[in-house]
Amino acid sequence: MMAETGSLDGRARAERPLSPHLQIYRPMLTMMMSIVHRMTGAANYFGTILLAWWLNAAAGLGGYARFQAFAGSWIGRIILFGFTWSVIHHMLGGIRHLIWDFGRGFGPNEREWLAAANLVGSIAITIVLWVVGLLAMGGPQ
Amino acid sequence: MSAPRHIRTPLARVRGFGAARSGTGAFWHQRVTAVANVPLTIAAIFIIIMLLSSNQTGVARVLGSPLVAIIMLLFVVSITVHMRIGMQVIIEDYVHHDRLKLALLVGNSFFAIIVGLASVYGILKLSFGL
Repeated sequence: MMAETGSLDGRARAERPLSPHLQIYRPMLTMMMSIVHRMTGAANYFGTILLAWWLNAAAGLGGYARFQAFAGSWIGRIILFGFTWSVIHHMLGGIRHLIWDFGRGFGPNEREWLAAANLVGSIAITIVLWVVGLLAMGGPQ
Repeated sequence: MSAPRHIRTPLARVRGFGAARSGTGAFWHQRVTAVANVPLTIAAIFIIIMLLSSNQTGVARVLGSPLVAIIMLLFVVSITVHMRIGMQVIIEDYVHHDRLKLALLVGNSFFAIIVGLASVYGILKLSFGL
């Protein structure tokens, strides 16, 4: 991390001490969930390409059949399942962060409970959504 | 009194280098869109599940109907504003090379605006059939 140069004005950057980073700490649930919140946020970022594709395919650009073929393929289903979990996990994580923004949920038990609920809830909701979705499509194919 | 080293004013030298009474803007927009994203995402998932068994004609009719189109427009705008700020934070946290950071920040804005407006275009086309 240190000694990276390339400042726009060409001046050398002062070497200042850095705070301890991830490699110093023992992994904890809340910390892992913080990392996963970032990762799911980044995944959702790129997942919006699928949203834009779906909306424009429905509008007749590029053919809806092509989108359906992707969404129905096994690789498409895996991506969409992961995307579903990523969105739900990030949403529940966001609600957790909003609770923290109000200064609540920081207690040693509360924060562990919130992190666990976030993980378990995201998996459970994703499975329920996919069961409902596959039933709506007339059962698993 | 010694001659100044350059004639640029202090304001000109700090302009464009960060917070000037706007430091909490991104933080606040991130929270506002986060709150908006919760009901909008739930609504969007509900709409998508409703449309799973439909063909293109059915999907286009529902997505082009006023209530659904307005919800999807709000959804797209809110998530793309939110994700642009989020990715900016990630870039600023992990990319320390100034030129690369600048390029990624510009790319981030382009990506968010392109995906956002492309989605808006699709929804408006479904609504107005242009």
